[in-house]
Amino acid sequence: MKKKGLLLTVFTALLVLLTGCDSLAVLNPKGPVAKTQSDVIIFSMIVMAVVLLVVYVLYIYMLTKYRASKAAPDYEPPHEEGSKWMEITWTIIPVIIVVILSVVTIRSTNAVETTPVGYEDQKPLIIYASSSDWKWHFSYPEEGVETVNYVNIPTNRPVQFRLYSFGPITSFWVPQLGGQKYAMSDMVTKLNLVAEHEGSFVGKNSNFSGKGFAHMDFEVLAMSPKGYTDWVNEVKQTAPALTEAEFDSLLEADHLGRKSYSSTHLTFRPAPEGANGGHNHGSSDADSHNEADKEMDHSKMDHSKMDNMDHSKMDHSEMDMDNKENDHAQHGN
Amino acid sequence: MKWDEFFVTGEPMIYGAMASIVLVSLAILVGLTYFKKWGYLWREWLTTVDHKKIGIMYILSALVMLFRGGVDALMMRTQLAGPDMKFLDAQHYNEVFTTHGIIMILFMAMPFIIGLMNVVIPLQIGARDVAFPRLNAVSFWLFFSGAMLFNISFVIGGSPDAGWTAYFPLASLELSPTVGNNFYSIALQIAGIGTLMTGVNFIVTILKMRAPGMKLMRMPMFTWSVLITCVIIVFAFPVLTVALALMMFDRMFGAQFFTMANGGMDMLWANLFWVWGHPEVYIVVLPAFGIYSEIISTFSRKNLYGYKSMVISMVAISLLSFLVWAHHFYTMGHGAMVNGFFSVTTMAIAIPTGVKIFNWLFTLHKGRIQFTTPMLYSLAFIPIFTIGGVTGVMLAMASADYQYHNTMFLVAHFHYVLIPGTVFAVIAGMYYWFPKLFGFRLNERLGKLAFWLIAICFNVTFLPLFFLGLKGMTRRMYTYSASTGFGPLNLLATIGSIGLAIGFAVLVYSIYWSFRYEPRDTTSDPWDARTLEWATHSPVPEYNFAVTPNVKSLDAFWFWKKDKQPLFEDKIEEIHMPNNNGQPFVLGVIFFFFGFFMIFSWWTPAIISGIAIVVMLAVRSFERDHGRHISVKEINKTEQQLRGDKA
Repeated sequence: MKKKGLLLTVFTALLVLLTGCDSLAVLNPKGPVAKTQSDVIIFSMIVMAVVLLVVYVLYIYMLTKYRASKAAPDYEPPHEEGSKWMEITWTIIPVIIVVILSVVTIRSTNAVETTPVGYEDQKPLIIYASSSDWKWHFSYPEEGVETVNYVNIPTNRPVQFRLYSFGPITSFWVPQLGGQKYAMSDMVTKLNLVAEHEGSFVGKNSNFSGKGFAHMDFEVLAMSPKGYTDWVNEVKQTAPALTEAEFDSLLEADHLGRKSYSSTHLTFRPAPEGANGGHNHGSSDADSHNEADKEMDHSKMDHSKMDNMDHSKMDHSEMDMDNKENDHAQHGN
Repeated sequence: MKWDEFFVTGEPMIYGAMASIVLVSLAILVGLTYFKKWGYLWREWLTTVDHKKIGIMYILSALVMLFRGGVDALMMRTQLAGPDMKFLDAQHYNEVFTTHGIIMILFMAMPFIIGLMNVVIPLQIGARDVAFPRLNAVSFWLFFSGAMLFNISFVIGGSPDAGWTAYFPLASLELSPTVGNNFYSIALQIAGIGTLMTGVNFIVTILKMRAPGMKLMRMPMFTWSVLITCVIIVFAFPVLTVALALMMFDRMFGAQFFTMANGGMDMLWANLFWVWGHPEVYIVVLPAFGIYSEIISTFSRKNLYGYKSMVISMVAISLLSFLVWAHHFYTMGHGAMVNGFFSVTTMAIAIPTGVKIFNWLFTLHKGRIQFTTPMLYSLAFIPIFTIGGVTGVMLAMASADYQYHNTMFLVAHFHYVLIPGTVFAVIAGMYYWFPKLFGFRLNERLGKLAFWLIAICFNVTFLPLFFLGLKGMTRRMYTYSASTGFGPLNLLATIGSIGLAIGFAVLVYSIYWSFRYEPRDTTSDPWDARTLEWATHSPVPEYNFAVTPNVKSLDAFWFWKKDKQPLFEDKIEEIHMPNNNGQPFVLGVIFFFFGFFMIFSWWTPAIISGIAIVVMLAVRSFERDHGRHISVKEINKTEQQLRGDKA
């Protein structure tokens, strides 16, 4: 019968899932964030498998027992309004399940939004990851190096990716290190990851961003702290500095291979955060402005160029949202 | 604008499509002239205000759109069948997945549901027509002109290519300079106005035109589901209207609501879109729940289990549907607090939905289950939709969603919800109510063959996508390399999609076959059903019921059959009916041209047709049309004829 077949498929599928995790990147974590997420996923799968099982058992029972071909020729089904207690039962049990899942969700969401447990003491390595059609730029402000389409990180040290975009919304995703976050043109979002194993991981943009979207992936190479320092020094000594003209040509190109530079674009093209953010939501600092003088502000902007790459020149205060996020991070610490 | 910019050029497939569009249009024109059917078409269809005929036109359009959207799907699956396929290039693929999404949701699922609403609701509540019959025709013609406008985009001007979500700034003039996304903002706007009016029309119809004695808690479950759906429409669609208008200002008039420069905010679009977009999911799913309730109850020969909790669940779902929109972009960086809130509201929807599933299961309990084609779809819905439901709960968990978001896992989930949740329902509904409209059933053998093909191949197509998602395959990729390891599962999905296509072909063939050969059913109640629509003749006379029924209980028709509880107690009286009118059709045509000129920014003709629309509305405002009366004599004659046919 088809229903049993379906049941079998689901269980085989689950079996494949739980045993063959290696080929499923999401369930093959290499860092604490992805590990938390993988645990949540497997936990929710088990709970949901139980729910499915209950529904399927009832379903098969009803369909085999009460088919017309099995009924007596004069059998007339009874009139049933329903049963208060039965209906309360299948309201309460889902409520309990949802409460359990909610607790798990809120705890784990808090966990993955902050620096992973055990790494709070370390100063995170800050890397600005910005996307442009259809490449990724990685700027290391502390080291003063910049790369295109690959990013090297030390293992066992928290890395804070600060994400933004020079074009459409993209989503920065390294499945084996942890779930994704959007990169947008008018604000900076933050993603905290840690790699606990050395190795090369696939990173990609998961949010559709136009023609070149399918090829917008990059390599994350997690290396030993020493290897990382060596690499930084090597780039600093051998790679050319990133000039504004060179950076503009990078933004122009559709696709690029890997590139390395011994300076970052942040110096002449700062990220849309703080005073360079794309919006003002009325936060209280000195340079905030109310609706009325917003217009004036706009008039100061360089309309003639209409160059979307020029947010950085806009003078707006940091977004509310961003502030809140910072707060969360601080509470977490 | 040059001609080669006006027409889409450079693709042999597109030229083929153009040629076939021209040929089919010519064939229709020649056929209508040859068989002298122009008058018939105008009198019986283009000018009709009869809810049954409007419903049929909605369903026919939906079937055509199902074909269009299905071809899009097959093209995508072909391109993804193996690594580095060269069937479609990136641009073409992007257009295809965009139109697939929009057409399937807005021009297939919605009109199919609205078509069934049109056909069934007035009959189910014992009314003669909807509250505003001419407005109903306007709704249809606006939907139709929006749909046509959207569909010509693939040969004229180019289709939208920023996804059905049209996220800014990708859909902005800067990054998407062709007219493609103008089609999006204008065609959806026109169709959306039609939908909004349908919502208003059916709320009034259900609240004000029920047969005497049919209290709210005596309404059939499908009527309940439609009432709740229409309330959602009335609250959700204005948001789309505003969002699309802002999009139009951005793209055509240099406004900066969602752009990257000058303080525009791309996140605002995403919020507006999903404030409409999530309730939209329930707009197409709730009526499906209603359809399943009717069918499961009929073919179990039992009343619906837990009627009250069914109603309460739907109301709860409709309220919650407005509180979950941000789960479509947990990854936008709103932090753990906001995501936690939306996770909880989203998971809470599983509770009323679970209640409904168990109520359906217990309707089957102690029943006498007959496996007819509509029942097979309804029964297949339960296990398949439950997979969609539980994966939905998994996606609702924000921390985990960071790993599912934008992947094939999500694609698999929403197909597991929308295909059994909506497509199976409208097919089941079509099979179930078909004899009411046409006086014969659709062939059961072909119907069951189509069902098994569709149900099995659906799972072959979409189950692999869950695993592809966990492997890290994102949605909307037009190609992938062999080293990703995505190949085998994608091939399996493509094979499934071919089976699915064959299943739908058999379904369409079964309609054709049944029209020609299926024996005519002489009863008005072929399924031994429970609700009022089965109390009148099949096919239904234009006035629906010669005598308005007096409803004394839920499932009044059933108790009339079983316990001889009186139903038609009054005498035949003169019936007041609305007149046919050509204005809605003309208005639709003008809207089509208005939209077209707007899309191409041809202002002079756009202004002229805009004025024409205002003139049409003014004409209607000053018109006096009190409808017409059908005399008792005429009713008696029709009734005798309809009864006589049975002998």
